[in-house]
Amino acid sequence: MDDIAYWLPLVWASILAVAVTLYVILDGFGLGLGILFPFAPEEERRDVMMNTVAPFWDGNQTWLIMGGGGLFVAFPKAYGIIMSGLYLPIIIMLLALVFRGVAFEFRWVSKPNHQWWDRAFSWGAIVATFSQGLVLGGLLQGITVRDGAFAGGPFDWLTPFSIFCGIGLLGGYALLGTTWLIVKTDGPLEAWARDKAKVALLVVLVSTVAVCLWTPFSVPRIADRWFSWPNILWLSPVPLLTGLAGLACWRGLENNAQSQPFLCTIALFLLGLAGLVISNVPYLVPDTLTVWQAAAPPSSQMFMLVGTLILLPIILGYTAFVYWTFRGKVRLGEGYH
Amino acid sequence: MDVDAVLLSRIQFAFTVTFHIIFPSFSIGLAAFIATLLVRWRLTGEERFNRLARFWTKIFAVSFAMGVVSGIVLSYQFGTNWSRFSEVSGNVIGPLIGYETLTAFFLEATFLGILLFGWNRVSPNLHVTAAVLVAVGTSISAFWILAANSWMQTPAGHEMIDGVAHPVSWMQIIFNPSFPYRFAHMFTAAYLTTSLVVLSVGARYLMANRFHEDAKTMIRMGLGMVAILAPLQLVIGDAHGLNTAEHQPAKIAAMEAHWDGSKPAGLVLFGWPDAAAETNHYEIAIPNVASFIITHDFNGLFKGLKDFKPEDRPPVMAVFLAFRVMVGIGLTMIAIGAIGAFLWFRGRLFEAGWYLKPVIYTWPLGFIAIVAGWWVTEIGRQPYLIHGILRTKDAASPVAFGAVATSLAMFVAVYAVVFSMGVLYIKRLIDKGPAGKAAEAPDALPSRPLSAAQGATRESLAAKPIGAGE
Ligand code: HDD
Ligand code: HEM
Ligand code: HEM
Repeated sequence: MDDIAYWLPLVWASILAVAVTLYVILDGFGLGLGILFPFAPEEERRDVMMNTVAPFWDGNQTWLIMGGGGLFVAFPKAYGIIMSGLYLPIIIMLLALVFRGVAFEFRWVSKPNHQWWDRAFSWGAIVATFSQGLVLGGLLQGITVRDGAFAGGPFDWLTPFSIFCGIGLLGGYALLGTTWLIVKTDGPLEAWARDKAKVALLVVLVSTVAVCLWTPFSVPRIADRWFSWPNILWLSPVPLLTGLAGLACWRGLENNAQSQPFLCTIALFLLGLAGLVISNVPYLVPDTLTVWQAAAPPSSQMFMLVGTLILLPIILGYTAFVYWTFRGKVRLGEGYH
Repeated sequence: MDVDAVLLSRIQFAFTVTFHIIFPSFSIGLAAFIATLLVRWRLTGEERFNRLARFWTKIFAVSFAMGVVSGIVLSYQFGTNWSRFSEVSGNVIGPLIGYETLTAFFLEATFLGILLFGWNRVSPNLHVTAAVLVAVGTSISAFWILAANSWMQTPAGHEMIDGVAHPVSWMQIIFNPSFPYRFAHMFTAAYLTTSLVVLSVGARYLMANRFHEDAKTMIRMGLGMVAILAPLQLVIGDAHGLNTAEHQPAKIAAMEAHWDGSKPAGLVLFGWPDAAAETNHYEIAIPNVASFIITHDFNGLFKGLKDFKPEDRPPVMAVFLAFRVMVGIGLTMIAIGAIGAFLWFRGRLFEAGWYLKPVIYTWPLGFIAIVAGWWVTEIGRQPYLIHGILRTKDAASPVAFGAVATSLAMFVAVYAVVFSMGVLYIKRLIDKGPAGKAAEAPDALPSRPLSAAQGATRESLAAKPIGAGE
């Protein structure tokens, strides 16, 4: 295998990992707010919650297009297999995001009859999150592939494990949402978010431990990766740091820290994603398709890589600029609207 | 493979993309219109430009949100429903869509936040810049997606290896033979459509005796664009057709319902194409005129449908009818522009109720023409998905019939609710008009974060003015 055909797919897999990570964290807190909606029935609270993310949600969601598009660009074969193999959860996720997305605008223009768009926002977020968990679970279990194409049934992804991933992700996004609210609001809303964050944190920690035990026991390849010598030595910081991040998050919640819980939650997500990558490298579709087998020809990957390396820093730059523009706490009775 | 699942995927794609294109067309035009208004406001300092920009921004926000959510669905459908297509064309189309995301989607989505919420948060000049960047973003987006679509119509710059397209020249892929025409035609279509909406809304306010000053500005700006762009669109469309005659002769034959290539073709004004009998019923045609349009020679010959094997012909009826709808609307727009310009020139425009009253109802025309145009283009490309390379029936995913039927039913249900509500809300915003608090927003200091004036943008819409509480 010549050099370029070896490292280009790896570079692209890393770019995809970055895009997915950014999506999960950025849209995660937005979706988390929707998950929290049922627990915050007061209209003013909901106004503030939505206002904390209204200027950012579209940019955040664009990372989802980047993730899907990046897969299409760099690994068209895997793109076709994953998308058709997980057809229903993906379509349902997209439709849920339709409701969630338009609710940002419709909720304001439909006032005072906005209750239905409150529901659309909240259920859109919940269903989208749960479907993303199903997609993750379905992918980790593997997809039936024959002759380079998906060859399974329409409900292959529906297993206790994928459902469990869905619930875990609900907890994870809720944690991101609550800790984001701690950063962006004050007074009773902040106190309320602190309270709810603890519940979400417990859900996250329990499901993290469960997934960490579940996958190695059901997939020998993953057990091998983690528990064989000397891997266990090199990889032990991952679970240790996860424990520390969870602890620091809890203490931040107890001590009225402002941004510590949010940052620790991000750390938890980063570690979780690192764990997933470690478990599955070099597979793109676990067990059937490696990054090299799925890769587009170097000419396509290279053409896109040049642009990506130039444009990604610019995008990150203006994204940071917009977050900075809308920095500071959002208070009751005040909005960007 | 299950043929019925393919048919359902086609219906689903056609349905979702038809809904999608309505909003981008409006977003592309409106973003440019808002940016123009804001630039004029900065240059002249006239308050009415700012007021109008705020008004149209509210509508833009609703339309843009619908464009975004329906677009994401599309980009994923390439994989969910057309995985064979993704495999065959991914190496070529993938990077084009990737560049669209990197150069356009991030730009428009991010600066949208500043455009919508930054009225008092950033300096006016930065705010205007954000508006311009959003407009630039929508245009770049159109550039890339039309390059992708045009490549599917007139593939170039690639080589086929084991049935998969591999890029050879990116310049040839992007600037493939039909791209310049399609880009110019679509771009003009978007501006034309939006201008007509602006014109008809202005006419409506003026006839109802509301917002006089704003209404006149809208009529002038909208009409000026229509008067210039509508004839231009005819010229571009004609050139586009010549290009199609060269590269996709079967499509042209279907557009003209021209069966027998050995004779010059008449322009069919009315007719009922019958694919089984290979002829048109009830035909009323002007002899030799289609030949003149396509070859610029009254006795010129171009291929008829009988020159193609039946399995290589596109469905005639849909292409033929949609083309007539589009061109008919195009000619109507030219008339609207010409009459209006004449009245304007004579200084009677704002008194001409007989002209302005019907104009109120012309706002949907552009959208109908755009959808009709795309149907011509896309159905005319059938039976191919990538012209000459991949047939639609071979492009679908191996997904079960039931799964596609379920998703299609969900799409129809969800889109029916979401988009009819969206259109209703846009109508309500237009009913309210550009007055409201936005017109007399208190001048908050830009440096004071989240002051009361933050609510000025849309508080007139909220039952409880969220910005006015302090
Ligand atoms: C001529 C223009 C045009 C055409 C033919 C299409 N689009 Fe589109 N699209 C746009 C012009 C546009 C836009 C103006 O850039 C939008 C509309 C509103 C918006 O937010 O951006 C957009 C939004 C939009 C988005 C969301 C972007 C965001 O989050 O900002 C996606 C993923 C797509 N589109 C994808 C597609 C696909 C896969 C298409 C074809 C099958 C397609 N579009 C046809
Ligand atoms: C936005 C404007 C567009 C509209 C309104 C539109 C409309 C349509 C319609 C009506 C069909 C159905 C043809 C048939 O099956 O008889 C179709 C097919 C298709 N078009 Fe487009 N199209 C648009 C743009 C695009 C673009 C930009 C792409 C790709 C980059 C694209 C890709 C496809 C694909 C994959 C199909 C196959 C599915 C099918 O045959 O139904 N379209 N489109
Ligand atoms: C006035 C006379 C017009 C002519 C002669 C004309 C010509 C054409 C032709 C020949 C095509 C097919 C291109 C292909 O082969 O794929 C086309 C497509 C299209 N037309 Fe028109 N057109 C006209 C007016 C309009 C108007 C007024 C609009 C909208 C406001 C419009 C919007 C479109 C769109 C969106 C497409 C599909 C995209 C494309 O292929 O460019 N057209 N037009």
